[in-house]
Formats: sequence, C-alpha cells, structure tokens
Amino acid sequence: MTASNQDSFHEIKPPLAVDQALAEANRCLNCYDAPCTKACPTHIDVPGFIKKIGTGNLRGSARVIFEANVLGASCARVCPTEVLCEGACVMDDVTWKPIQIGQLQRYATDFAMARGILPFTKSPVKKPGRVAIIGAGPSGLACAAELLRVGHEAVIFDAGEKPGGLNTYGVAEYKMTPAVALAEVAQLQKAGVEIRSGVRVGQHISIAELETQFDAIFVGVGLGRIGKIGLAGENLDGVVDAMDYIAELKIDRAKAETRTRGRRVVVIGGGNTSIDVVTQAQRLGAAEVHLVYRRGPEELPAYAHEVELAKQSGCRFVFLSQPVRVVGNGKVEGLVVQRMRLGAPGPDGRRKPEPVVGEELTLAADLIVPATGQEARLDLLKNLPNVKLDRNRPVVNSDMQTSNPKYFAGGDCVSGGQEVVNAVAEGKRAAAGIVKFLQNRQSTVDGRQFGAEK
Amino acid sequence: MADLKVNLAGIKSPNPFWLASAPPTNTGDQIMRAFDAGWGGAVWKTLGQPIVNVSSRYSTVDMNGQRVMGLNNIELITDRPLEVNFREVAEVKKRYPNNAVIVSLMVESNQQAWHEIVKRAEDAGADGLELNFGCPHGMSERGMGSAVGQVPDYACQITTWVKEVAKTPVIVKLTPNITDVIYPARAAKKGGADAVSLINTINSITGVDLDTFVPRPDVGGKSAHGGYCGPAVKPIALNMLSSIAKDKEVGIPISGIGGISNWRDAAEFILLGATTVQVCTAVMHYGFRIVEDMIDGLSNYLDEKGMRSVNELIGKSLPTISKWEELDLNYKVIANVNQDKCIGCGLCYVACNDGAHQSISAKAREDGRTRVDIIDDTCVGCNLCSLVCPVDNCITMKQIDTGHAPLTWKEYQKNPSAHKHLGPHNAH
Repeated sequence: MTASNQDSFHEIKPPLAVDQALAEANRCLNCYDAPCTKACPTHIDVPGFIKKIGTGNLRGSARVIFEANVLGASCARVCPTEVLCEGACVMDDVTWKPIQIGQLQRYATDFAMARGILPFTKSPVKKPGRVAIIGAGPSGLACAAELLRVGHEAVIFDAGEKPGGLNTYGVAEYKMTPAVALAEVAQLQKAGVEIRSGVRVGQHISIAELETQFDAIFVGVGLGRIGKIGLAGENLDGVVDAMDYIAELKIDRAKAETRTRGRRVVVIGGGNTSIDVVTQAQRLGAAEVHLVYRRGPEELPAYAHEVELAKQSGCRFVFLSQPVRVVGNGKVEGLVVQRMRLGAPGPDGRRKPEPVVGEELTLAADLIVPATGQEARLDLLKNLPNVKLDRNRPVVNSDMQTSNPKYFAGGDCVSGGQEVVNAVAEGKRAAAGIVKFLQNRQSTVDGRQFGAEK
Repeated sequence: MADLKVNLAGIKSPNPFWLASAPPTNTGDQIMRAFDAGWGGAVWKTLGQPIVNVSSRYSTVDMNGQRVMGLNNIELITDRPLEVNFREVAEVKKRYPNNAVIVSLMVESNQQAWHEIVKRAEDAGADGLELNFGCPHGMSERGMGSAVGQVPDYACQITTWVKEVAKTPVIVKLTPNITDVIYPARAAKKGGADAVSLINTINSITGVDLDTFVPRPDVGGKSAHGGYCGPAVKPIALNMLSSIAKDKEVGIPISGIGGISNWRDAAEFILLGATTVQVCTAVMHYGFRIVEDMIDGLSNYLDEKGMRSVNELIGKSLPTISKWEELDLNYKVIANVNQDKCIGCGLCYVACNDGAHQSISAKAREDGRTRVDIIDDTCVGCNLCSLVCPVDNCITMKQIDTGHAPLTWKEYQKNPSAHKHLGPHNAH
C-alpha cells in the first residue's frame, strides 16, 4: 500500500472542527415539527441534537441521536443525507445550503465514541422472553439494543468473522472504514449486546435449536453475493462479484490494489453499489473505468450525488448497453455489450430497453465487476418454518412480524437492499413488535395460570 | 452627494463619525491613522492623573457564533504620562487641522485640579472637552467617573468649575447607570455644558467561566464588574438619547454613543437627536477601516432620501416618539403570510402558540414541512411571528380598517363601555 493510495481513500468529508460545528449548529433554525426529523427513517430529533451542539452539551447531543439510532455514528457517515434529512432541510430554500446534518451528527457521535459514552443503557429490570437474532448487521444490532433497553435478553448469531455486516464489509471505504464500524459495534457490546461471531445458523446451530432456546427470532441476514448473472464467459478469471470486490479492500487492501492498479475495469449495473465499485476502482488506481448500464442516464437508480462523484473522478458511463458475453482466453479480455434503445414502458412504469439488432460493442477489460443486485439468502430463508416469502423476501406486517408469529425480519433481506438507516429503523420496529409479541404471549400464559387457580 | 459636515456646539467636523474616548484613541498614532481612514473626529482616551491597569481587561458576550455582541472592560483612563498625551494632541492638531480633536478629562473632584487640566488640554490645541462622568468601574471607586455622573449636584458643580476656565465647547459624558438620565443631563446644562454625550458603559458582568467559576475577565482568579458596550447596548442608548433630546429643559446638542457599528446605527442615533456619533466597540472589533462604509452608506442614504445635508436628519424621528397613552387604540395590524415565500419551518407557529397569542394554526404539509395560517380573528398584531420568521418579507403586518376613529387611552378611559370592540383585554 502506497502513501498516495492511502490518501485516495481519505474521507471525502473530513470531520468538522469545533468552530465549524458551532457555526453550522447555529445556522440551524430549530424548526417546529422539523422536516429533517420526519425524513430520517429512525426519526432522530435533528434540531434537538444540533441545538445541544450549539450549547456545548455534546454528551446530551449524542444521547438524543443514540436514543433514536444506536448506529448514529455509522449513519452519520454512510447516510445519503442529500436525499434524507438534508434533502428536507428548509435552509436549502433560504441560503441554498442545507445544514450539514450528517457532519454534525458525526461531530456529536465522535465525541461520544472517543469518551466511551455508551449508546444505550440496558434495563436493570429483566423481562421474561429471550430473543435470538440472526445477523449482526445494522438491523440485528438495532433490534438487540432496543430489546435490551426494555429488559429482554437478546443473543446475536453472526456468521461473519467480525460483526457489523455490511457496515464492516460492504460500505464504500471513503465513507466509512471497518475500524469505525467495528468500534461502534464494540460500544454496543460494551453496553450489553451479546454477539456470537462465526456461528452460521443452519450449520453451527440449527433453526430447531434456536426455536427451543429462544422465545422469538429476528432474521436480519441481509443479502448475499451478486451471484451469476448468466453471461457467457462469466467464469473467466477476472470477473469479480461486486460485494467480494468491496469486501476485499477491507480485508486485504494489497490484494485489492494488485487486482486493480493499472487495469481496465468494467462495472455492470446502475445502482449505488455499482457506483461504490467505480469509485473504489478509481481510487485503487485503475487505468480506466467504464460503467455499463442497459438503460439511459435518466433511469439510473443510483443517487444523483453519487453519480456526480463517479463522473467527476473520471468514470465513463456506457448507457443503453446490455452485457452479452465476457470474452477472453482463460483470463478476461473484454465485455461484449449489445446496444439498446428504450421501448414502451414495462409493468413497473419504466421504459423497457430493447436491443438494436446488429449493434454490438466490445469494451476491453481486465476486470469485470457485476453489481447488478444481490441474491437473497435463500439457504436460510427457505428453511424458516412457515415463513412466507414473496419474491424471495420474508413477508412482514407493520411490526416486521412474518407469517410465523415467532419470527420477525428486517433489513436488506426484507427490503431487497436499502440504506443502513432503513435497516436500523426496521430493527427498531421489529424490536417493538417482539416486545408486544412477548408481552401478549406472557399475558396469555399468566392468564391461563390465573384461570387455573380459580 | 450629501453634505456630511456637522457642528456640535461649535466643534466642527467633516462628518458625524467620531471615535469615542476608549482604547482606539489611546495614542496620537492611532488617532492619525483613524483620520487617514476617514474618521471626522476623535475623543481622546480620558486624561487624568495616570493610573495603573490590570491584566486581563476585556470580556465579551458572543451570541450563536457571532462574536462581540457586547464588550465589557475594566480598563481605566490613560496610563501614559499627561505631558506625552498633550504633546501628541498638539501634533495631531497640527497635522489634521480639519478634524475634531476632543480631549476627555477626569480628575479628582477639586476645582484646582479641573482648572489645571482644562487649561493644559486647551493649550495643547483641543477643539473641545469631554468631561468623563461616566466610567462605572475602578475610577468610580475613587470618587470619579460615574460616581460624579450619578449625583446631579456633583455633575453640575464640576461642569461649573470647568466652564469657569474653558474657552472651547464642553461636552458632559453621561452614565447610563442611573434611574433617569434626564436629571444629570439637566444638571450638566445647569452647570453650563455646551453639549452632552451618552451613553457611557453599563455596569456589567458578561459571564462566568464554567470551569474555573471565575467571572470574565479573570485577573488572577478574581474579577470585578466592568463597563458594557457594543451592539447589545444600542437600544438602551437610543432610549436615553431620545429622552434627553425630547426634554425641553436640556435643550443642548448631543453626541450619541452606544453600540454604533455601521451607518444604519448612526442614522438611527441622528434621527433620535444626535449631532455626532461616537464609536468604540466596532473599531475594537474590525479596525478604523469600518468608517469608509459608514460615510459611503450614510451619504447614499441621504441622497436616496433627497436630503442635502446630514443636519436635515437630526432629530427627525423625535416627534414620532410619544407616551404610550397617546397611541391610537383603534389602529390595528394583523399578520399576513406569503405562502409562496414560506419555507415551512413553523417557527412563527411555535412562537405565537407558546409565546404570544395562539393565533397561528399549523398542519403538516405534504412535503413534511409545516403549513401555517394566521387566525385573523384572534391575531392581536403583536409582530412576533414576523420577527422570528427567517425569510425576508414572508410575514408582513397589514393594517386593517377597524372602522373606528383614532382613540387614545385618555379618551378611552372616559367611557370604556363606548368602546366594547376593543375587548375585555383592554377594558381596564
């Protein structure tokens, strides 16, 4: 790893200094019924924590954040604030510059992390009902913290070597490093969250065992790899799954660099993950980076601010191009794409791309990274008893409860892939649902006993 | 371009902008640089028997990131030898004959001492004298400064002594640390003062260090109250200025002081009766250069108002200041929200609902912001919503026709039942 390479992954937004934070906090109008709070999936009291920064009450500020979101430190870094809280900020209308809410949240949570101020307090009063949580990603961690706050026991089973899920292995490096994600998890553990790492449910412990040992189960397993996308030649050396590619940087940076430096990289897909891959490849010193997307720029699902970032760092977008096959001799040499045009709108309302017959193009490539959407963790989901799936996702009610009342689910495995903050919100909501479920169950049991005594 | 020249009781100045007697006028070098920058006059930092100062000396009130909203000091009068100061006065006058140099004086309450220092100041070439009856810290403990200004008889007596020998105009600088500033102003007039200046600083403790528990400024673990000035004191100064300007017994020109930071502040002081204005804190914050926009801005303002001289502005607003009991009870305004400008922050709603008269309704807009509407029937026209609204001209107060003739409190009292439309709140 070279020094320049290290620099290239420096955070795009460095932390605020004290004067910057104060000036920014003072700019906040302190709206009534604030739109930023409504825009936040976890409903952090944004003006509340910002005004506390203004008065120098950083401990209180961090508490306000953590009360709504125990992963406030990582959300401060990875949230697409441009489309959430900051996108809703009224100051955008006044000065064309919304309050830097994410940066202020980071300021307060950094203070808390540096001083070991724990994100939540475990209830001293125990409540009956033990909960197993599958997956130590954002939704599972949030769910566990909420349950502990109320007094239930919760144990997280996580297949990964290190906890944190996508926060640790799947976030663009310039937004958040694994060190930050792991430090945040460590704080949660200090506060009482119990994580059994390296335990894969279905392999090291069976679902039946969980059922006997626990009164409720939360499934927050996220999504899996990108998987095969059905391209001829995709088994050639040099085709790397987007999730593996992002994780590799975090696990073995030297290896990720060797794979990328000086190479021609083609990324397939138009979502936010594909943009993360693009920016990572550029920062690792790729000779050139192309992003292949079968529709046009208007249809790109990635956030506009992220697309802009990719463009600015030199990525070339190849729109209206459908990958057809990977070519190469043992090793990848290029990607053949089919020229497309937009036809009539499909069932989802988006115009369907259709091939322009006879127009094919070969993009020279040493590294091809499909980033077309992660696969569901069917290995686990299919084995959950009586848990109904729809399009490979557990069907849940507003309490995040599945068709099997003992099972709750949330996060990417339910949403199909959203932001960390959405996963936290769903973990919280599931915890509230579980508390209700355990309470009802308890009152039924109590009621029966009470009735028996009569 | 409007004429900015003024004449305060015989002291001529190319413009109304003077430096107040304070740290910016401590030395001849500073004053000459100030004149180069455009200041019309300067009141020399108070001369008297040299004293010894402490360290540290200043502290501020900052607000929401804005520094020096208020400034507090425990610095005393000049700590340089009198002969050095007078030599510099002479030098400045020689090099800047057209600028006004006023020398501020403060000595013990002794006729001889006053006579002596007045003569020395005038011999050095002062265009006028300002008697410092205002400093509220340090010197007051020794029977000088505000200790004099707070007792009208003393103020009158010392002014009389000064006038016995003074050949140049005498300005008496008043302390605001008194119940009614009119009395010392009248005493100054009685003693023969040619003008008054106000306000001097206000007794203050700006704050306490929450770690050391010592108020600021900290002098080795102790503090003492100081004198407060800067933008925060402007409203107090304007009120005192106008009350003196309206008082028929005083009737002498006024040099206005207190939180003047720009031409707008200056124009307000002049509108309420000041002939010249004196500035200190803004210069301590930003330097002498601020006078450029003060001159430019005031001049443009006068041009826009079609006034040829700043003298047309002096006291122009005074007739509009009346007693409360002379206000029209039948005048009515209500708030009006421009929904196209509204950003939906809801600040007017929460201010009205918690802090005023519950006359704004709020509901969530589709975009997650707050839709506010004025409840016309109960709006009392207090202005609060328009004051807290962060958007320029979004909430305005519109006059509505009540259909009733103007009515003062005096008239109302004669027969309240004839004015039932004014409601129970105003019934007695």
